[in-house]
Amino acid sequence: MLEIKNLHVGLEEEDKQILKGVNLTVETGKVHAIMGPNGSGKSTLSYVLSGKDGYEVTDGTAELEGTDILDMEPEERAAAGLFLAFQYPVEIPGVGNMTFLRTAVNAQRKARGEEELSAAEFLKVVREKAKSLKIDADMLKRPVNVGFSGGEKKRNEILQMAMLEPKMCILDETDSGLDVDAMKLVAEGVNALRDAGRSFLVITHYQRLLDHIKPDVVHIMADGKIVKTGGPELALEVENNGYADILAEVA
Amino acid sequence: MSAKLKNKGVVPSITVPDGGKWATTARNAAAELLTETGLPHRRDEYWKYTDPTTLTAPEATPAAIFKSDDPLPFSGVDAVKIVFVDGIYDPSQSDALELAGVEIETLADAAQKDIHWAGSVFGVLEGRGQSPVSRPLASYNTAMAEQGFVIRATGKAAKPVSFIYLHESETSDAVIHHTIKLDEGADLTVLENGPAAARINAVMEVEVADNAAFHHVRAQGRDHERRTATHIFARLGAESSFKSFTLTVNGVLTRNDAIIEFTGDNAHATVAGACAGDGAFHHDDTVFITHDAVNCESRQVFKKVLRNGAVGVFQGKILVQPDAQKTDGYQISQGLMLDENSTFQAKPELEIYADDVACSHGSTVGAIDETALFYLTSRGIPHKEAQDMLTLAFLGEAIDEVEDDALADDLRSLLQGWMARRHG
Ligand SMILES: Nc1ncnc2c1ncn2[C@@H]1O[C@H](COP(=O)(O)OP(=O)(O)O)[C@@H](O)[C@H]1O
Ligand SMILES: [Mg+2]
Repeated sequence: MLEIKNLHVGLEEEDKQILKGVNLTVETGKVHAIMGPNGSGKSTLSYVLSGKDGYEVTDGTAELEGTDILDMEPEERAAAGLFLAFQYPVEIPGVGNMTFLRTAVNAQRKARGEEELSAAEFLKVVREKAKSLKIDADMLKRPVNVGFSGGEKKRNEILQMAMLEPKMCILDETDSGLDVDAMKLVAEGVNALRDAGRSFLVITHYQRLLDHIKPDVVHIMADGKIVKTGGPELALEVENNGYADILAEVA
Repeated sequence: MSAKLKNKGVVPSITVPDGGKWATTARNAAAELLTETGLPHRRDEYWKYTDPTTLTAPEATPAAIFKSDDPLPFSGVDAVKIVFVDGIYDPSQSDALELAGVEIETLADAAQKDIHWAGSVFGVLEGRGQSPVSRPLASYNTAMAEQGFVIRATGKAAKPVSFIYLHESETSDAVIHHTIKLDEGADLTVLENGPAAARINAVMEVEVADNAAFHHVRAQGRDHERRTATHIFARLGAESSFKSFTLTVNGVLTRNDAIIEFTGDNAHATVAGACAGDGAFHHDDTVFITHDAVNCESRQVFKKVLRNGAVGVFQGKILVQPDAQKTDGYQISQGLMLDENSTFQAKPELEIYADDVACSHGSTVGAIDETALFYLTSRGIPHKEAQDMLTLAFLGEAIDEVEDDALADDLRSLLQGWMARRHG
C-alpha cells in the first residue's frame, strides 16, 4: 500500500535535515504504529506524505499503491486515497463543518470520476457516522474546529476519515489530549474502518492507544530514522522501559 | 461653516433644475457651496488614496456593458421594484409605487410642489455632512439631480423597496438622489443593485426618527468599467437603528461615503461592506460617524479581497462630541491579499472629546492562511476551491452584519456563484 524508501527531508527555509533515510512499507490491510521521542520526525513524515509546503525532499521515494506521490498536490494525494488525521487540527472560522465535509467528499468523488452525493444522501451518511462518534448536530453546524475541545477536534478528524473512506490512513498522535473515554470512542471509530483493503499508520507516543487499536507492526523512530521494527511487544517494551534502552541498544 | 478644500478644483457651471421653493432653495445652497469649494482634486487630503479625476470630468468615461445570464441580486425578494435604466426611472419596468406604510414619489414630482416634507431632509442632511469635511460631489448631486425618489415610511413597511439600476448605454452618466424619511417607530428596508451607468453619482439621505429602523443592502453591479461615487447621509434619532451593507464585485472605480450622525440617545448604526477586486479595481470606503448623543453604538466592518493589482482603501472616522458619553464605537477594516501586486490602505481615525467612551479600531492586511489552505486541500478540496472557501469565509464576517438572514444568504450565494464561475 505505502512504500517509503530512503526518504530524506529537510526544511525549505533553513538548512536543517529532519528525515534521514526513512524506510517503511505498510502492507494492504495492515496496521503499523510509529513510536518515538518528541522531535524525532514523526509529524514531519506525515506532513511530507500528505504534501505540506515548506519541506524539501532531498532523496528517496514514497509510493502509494505503486504511484509516486511526492510530486502530487495535496488534493491529488487525498483523491488517491491518502488521509492524515492531524496532530493539531486546524480551526477555520467562517467555514461550516458540514459544508467542509460535503465539499471534501464531493471533490474526491469528482476527482475519481464518481457521481457526487446529493445533499440528502450526504446528510444521511454524515448523521449516522457522527452519531457513532458522539458528534452532535451543533458540532456539525459550527465552523470547522472553532471552539471545539481537544477531544472534539480529534473526533472530528475521525469523522472526516470515516466520510472520506481513504485507503491509507495516517493518524498523528490522535490520542494526545484525550481522556480514556474519548480515546475509546476514537479507537472504536478507527477499528470500525479496519478493512482488508485499508491500511493504517498510527503515530503515537503512548502504548495505551495501541491497546485499543491493535497494531500488526511497531516501528521506533529516532532522529529521522526508523531504528527498530517489531511486533506489538515492542510497544510494551517502550511503555515499560522508555526509549532510552532501545536507543542505547541501536546506537 | 464648511471648510474649504485646500486645493480648490474646477468649479463646474451649474444651472439648477426648475422646481418648487424647497427644492430650489436646497439646490441653490448646494450650488453655491460647490462654487466655493470646487470639485475634489487628487491633492485633497480626503482624496489622498483615490484619484477623483474621472468622477469629476465633464464627461463620463465610456464603460462596456457587462452581460450575464445570472439572475439579478435580490430578484427572489418580494419587494416594490423600481427600475432605472442608465440613471433614468423607467415606470414601464417598475412596480406600482404602492406600499402599505410607505409613501413613494419621484423626486421630480415632489420637487414641483411648493410645500413638501422632503424639504426638511433633501439637501439638509447632505448640507450638515459638509462640515467639517467638504463633499463637493454630494453638493453637485443635490444641485443637479432630477432623478431619484422621495420615500417616507410612516409605519412598518410590508416589504422592501428595491432599486434596480440597469446599465444599457456605454456613455451614460447618472445622477440620482434619494430622500428617505422614517417617522417615529417606522421600519423600512431599501435594496439597491446594479451598476446604473458608465458613471454614477448617487446620494441617499436618510432621516431616521426615534425608534425607527432602517435597513439598507446594496450590490453594486458587476460591470468592470463602471465608475461610482455614492454618499449616504443619515441622521439618527433616539433608540433608532440604521444598518447599511454594500457588496462590491468589479468596477474600475468605486468611492462609497457614509456620513452618519447620532442626534438621539441609545441609537445604533452599522456600516459594513465586502468587496472582491481583481485587476483594474479601485474601491474606497470612506466613513464619518459623529456621536452627538449619549449611549449610542456604531459599528464599521469592512473586508476587501484583492488580487492582480486591485486597490482597496478605507478611511473611517469616529468623532465623539463632548456630551456623547457612553459611546461605543467599533471599527475594523481588513484586506485579504491574494497576491503581492495588490494594495490595501487604511486610515482609521478617532477623535474623542467625551471621557466615558469605549472606542476600538483595528486594521489588518494579510494573505490566505496557508495552514488552513493545506488542511482543506489535504481533504481533497482543489486549491482554487479551497482558496474560494477561505475568501468567502473572510468576506462572510462582513456579510454577517446584515440583519436579515435571507438577504445575507442571498449575498453569500451570489458571491459563491461569481467566484465559482470566475474559474469555471
Ligand atoms: N517547519 C519547521 N520549522 C523548524 N523546525 C521544524 C519544522 N518542522 C519540524 N521541525 C523540527 O524537526 C524536528 C522533528 O519534528 P516533528 O516532525 O514535529 O517531530 P515529532 O512529531 O516526532 O515530535 C524537530 O526538531 C522540530 O523542531
Ligand atoms: Mg508530532
